[in-house]
Parts: sequence; C-alpha cells; structure tokens
Amino acid sequence: MTRFLVSRLLQAIVVLLVMSFLVTALIGLMPGDPVDLMLAGNPHATPADAARLRAVYGVDRPPVERYLHWLGGAVQGDFGYSRLFSRPVPEVIGPRLVNTGILLGAAFLLAVALALPLGVAAARRPWSLADDAVNLLCFAGISVPPFWLALLLILLFAVTLQWLPASGMAPVGGGSWVDGLRHAALPVATLAIASVGGYTRYVRSAMLVELRQDYIRTARAKGMTERRVVWRHALRNALIPVVTIMALEFGALFSGALVTETMFAWPGMGKLIYDSIMGNDYNVALVALLLATAMTLLGNLLADVAYAALDPRISFRAEPR
Amino acid sequence: MRGLRRFARHRLAVASAVLLALLTTAVIAAPLVESALGIDPTAIRLLDRFAPPSAEHPLGTDELGRDVLLRLLHGGRVSLAVGVAAALAAGLIGTAVGLVAGYFGGRFDALLMRVTDGFIALPLLPLLIVLAAVDLTRLGVPADVAGAEGASLLRIVVLVALFGWTTVARLVRGATLATKRRDYVRAATALGADSRRIMLAHILPNVAAPAVVATTLTVGNTILLESVLSFLGLGIQPPLPSWGNMLTGAQDLVVSAPMLAVWPGLLIFLTVIAVNLLGDGLQDALDPRAGT
Repeated sequence: MTRFLVSRLLQAIVVLLVMSFLVTALIGLMPGDPVDLMLAGNPHATPADAARLRAVYGVDRPPVERYLHWLGGAVQGDFGYSRLFSRPVPEVIGPRLVNTGILLGAAFLLAVALALPLGVAAARRPWSLADDAVNLLCFAGISVPPFWLALLLILLFAVTLQWLPASGMAPVGGGSWVDGLRHAALPVATLAIASVGGYTRYVRSAMLVELRQDYIRTARAKGMTERRVVWRHALRNALIPVVTIMALEFGALFSGALVTETMFAWPGMGKLIYDSIMGNDYNVALVALLLATAMTLLGNLLADVAYAALDPRISFRAEPR
Repeated sequence: MRGLRRFARHRLAVASAVLLALLTTAVIAAPLVESALGIDPTAIRLLDRFAPPSAEHPLGTDELGRDVLLRLLHGGRVSLAVGVAAALAAGLIGTAVGLVAGYFGGRFDALLMRVTDGFIALPLLPLLIVLAAVDLTRLGVPADVAGAEGASLLRIVVLVALFGWTTVARLVRGATLATKRRDYVRAATALGADSRRIMLAHILPNVAAPAVVATTLTVGNTILLESVLSFLGLGIQPPLPSWGNMLTGAQDLVVSAPMLAVWPGLLIFLTVIAVNLLGDGLQDALDPRAGT
C-alpha cells in the first residue's frame, strides 16, 4: 500500500512538472503582452520603462529560462503576483478554492442523492416504463449543454418567476444563510443536473449486475424483505464501481464548474481560470491550472484507494502480468 | 438483418436517426431557404432589431437585425460539420492507436495506455481554453492564414479531436485483444501473413462495430465541446455563426429577447441527445453482448 502510494505520488509530481512547463510555454504564445497592458493607462511611460519592466518580470527571456525561474520561486512558496488582483497568487486562489469546494460539494451530494434512488428504481424493473423514463432523463442530462441549461434556469427562476438571484455569491459573513442558499441554488442545480444523468446510468448498470448474483437469490430465499435485499445487499456492492467512476469523473465535474461559475459569476476556481487566461494574468492561470490538475489526479488516486478499501478482494500487491 | 431488426426495436434510436436526417437536410438546404425568403443572413439592419416572428422572418431577428432562422441554419452547418469532422478524426486516431496497441501489446501498449489514461485524467476544458487562446502568429503562422475562416475551423476540429480519441482507443484496444487470440488470426499468422495484413484484413473488420459505436458517441461530445468553446468566445469566431457562439451574448439579452437564448441551445441539445440515443441503439444492434 505504501509502495503504491509513493509510486502514484511520484507519477503525479511528474505529470504536474510536465504540465507546468507546457503551460508556461503556451502562455508565451498567447495574444497580448502583460507589460503593454500594465503601461496602457500610463501616458508618461517610455519605451525604456517598458524594457525595464520586461526585464523585471522576465517576459523577455526564453521559455525554458522563465520556467526555471518560476520553478525556483515555486519550490520556496513564491508563486508571484496576480496582475488582475495585485496580490500574491495564493491569496487570490485560497478563497476561490473554498468557493469551488462549496459549489462542487453541494452539486455532487445533490446529484448522488438523486442518482441513487433513480438508478435503483430503474434497475429493479429493467425495460419497464419507469426504466425507459429514467433512461431518457439520463440521456437528457448527459446531452444538455451546461451553459444553455444555466441560461434556461436564469430565464425561468430569475427573470420570469424572480424567485432567485441570477448571479454572484452572498457576501461572506455579511449575508444570511438564506441569502447564501438562494445564491447557490441555480449554480448548484446546473452542475447537479449536468452530472446526475451519468451517475444514474452507472448506478443502474452496477445494480443490474448485482441483482443477478447468487447471494441476492440466497437473501431472497431466506425470506429477507425485498427492500433490505435491494438497499442493503445489492446496493452496497454496486457502490464499489460507482464510487470509482465518480472519483474518476472529478475532472469532468471541474470542467462543468468552469462554465457554471462563469455563467453565474460565482467567484471560484473555474471562473478564475477563465478570467486569468482572458486577462493575461499568467501567474494566476498557471497555478490555478496546476491545482485543477492536482485535484483531478487526487480524485483518481482516491478512486483506486476507495476501490481497494471497499472491496476486500482487491489488494495493492503487485499483480502478476 | 438481425442487427437491423434489433436497431428498429429501439424506437428512440430510430426517431433520433430521423431527427438527425431532418436537421442535416435543413442545414444543407440553408441556401435554398435563404433565396426563398429573399434575405441575406449576414446583413445587419439595426432598425429591424428584435423583430418578432413574421412571414418575412419566421423566427424573428436578433440583436443586429439578422434573420434568426437563417443564422440557425448556417450555424448548424458549422456546428454539425465541425462536430462530425472532429469525431471522425478522433475515431481514426483512436482506432489506429487501439489497434496497434492491442495487437503489438507489451511496452508499446503500456505506454499508449498510460498516455490515454493521462488524457482522461486531465481537466479537459481549462486546458482546451489555454490551447484555444494561443496566438498562432507567434508560432510563425502568417497572420492572414491564422486569421482565415478555414484556419479557425480546422483549429477547433484539431483541438476537439485531440481530446476525443481516447475513448475510441480504449474500446478498440479491448476488442483487438479479444480478437487476436481467435483461431483464424493464428491461422493467418501460420500462413505467413504479415502484421499489417493481419491487423487490416483480419482484426479491423471485427473491431469495426465498437469503433463505429464509440465514434458515434464521440460526435455528441465534440458538438458539446465546440459549443462550449464557441460560447466562451474561443471557438468559431463571429461573424461566422455556430450554435455555440450564437449564445455568447444571450445572457445579457435574456430579459429582452429570451427566445434568442432558447433556439440555438435547443438545437444543440436535440442534436446531441439524438446522437447519443443513436449510438446507444447502434451499440445494442451491433454489439449486443456489451451493455445491458
């Protein structure tokens, strides 16, 4: 187990190093020049000032040199300053990480809370009308463009019914709980609807496999109530592959957060990545992208660990090939 | 024949095929509709903004006074063409990678599968945004080439395909692994057929079904990705319409002209759900053992 964790951790570090280099190189290829933008509002700036600023920020140096310089600072905890926010990068990212965590966590819980009963109901009566209906709903959820879903929800709940605010987040500390929930309702609903379809399909197919097993027949033969057979025996085993797939799909959930946060002006990591790339705030963009990758890799690792923890038949000992 | 009957039993898949055929016909017929209505879809008429549906403009006009129906049809041409082209490219790459990895196995296979794992593990959309924001002129591409309409179309096809091939590769690899152990493949090897012939003549026909299913399902994803990127302003660039970029400004117009926000998204939604249901039906028809 320790060996497995260490090797996966090393792999993750390699992936992050490669990613950080590639993103640094790509950033050099983006339109717009941060120094030009910095001086755009200053009529007294001379070309000499621009050259001096370029030297200070290192934008005139080749990508490899720039990267090594960034890496040297990063290992000492210095990630540079944000151009858009004029604050150190960690100070900009910290609160947004929390906001994204709230959004993703709530949406994930809501999606799971809907997917479990729907998937189980569909699997109990395969090919019935209920199964077909759930199936169609799943396909609808998988196929809906997230930004359009957000637009429709805004149109219905914020514009037509005027029940909920269309954007933003309740101010921290200032807003009441109700206000916080009202602001979170639409973005959480958007993300949850966009992921519930996939989750339900996984639950359904895993349950179909389990319900055909011998131990289910044994449990029924012992006279156990159907409810207990389905929810206690079958679901527990069906959850093993489901948990794994959900953890693997963390990257997809994060991609969904980017669109949702941008649509609802939710101050999280997704919106930050989009805004920093669009606004030439490269220090922030780089660290935010790396964090997103790191979280995805962590999701994958958790998937493997959860798989072994839930299923005693799987161990981390080297398998014969 | 059995496959066709199984497919027909999937009423939703058949309905989806019909819907996709209708949509394709409609977008191909866009120039005909244009001459029938007698309006230019690119003409900007600021006095005629947000016109309600009428005989002249069946779905009304947008914020620049352009005909919404014609823009939807022209946008559909772009969205469907980009989606299908990207999925075909992804299908070809994925099939080639999966076939070679599954057939040769060993280290090569392990490396290729690591790469596909890596692709799946990455946060897709943020990376696509970085890649889509890259300024091609800084890579030495002449400005007039980089700015051309064709270049921006090709670029989005390449970007979306780059991230879409992994599912196909995994499925084809799995099918190849199962097929290469069959007796007729061993017979062909014994008869002296070389690797290329075995892969193309003996294995490929047997992995075609999963490849076709996976490619069909990829079309749904490529159309969605194109629409998201175009919506964010990084895909198809206006004035060329696509269903995604027609929604770019819709958020600000949702109060004054809600239908402008509804139509393009509805068409994306219907197309993608139809493609996915079609892929599901194809899977049951071509490969009844897979799935439940």
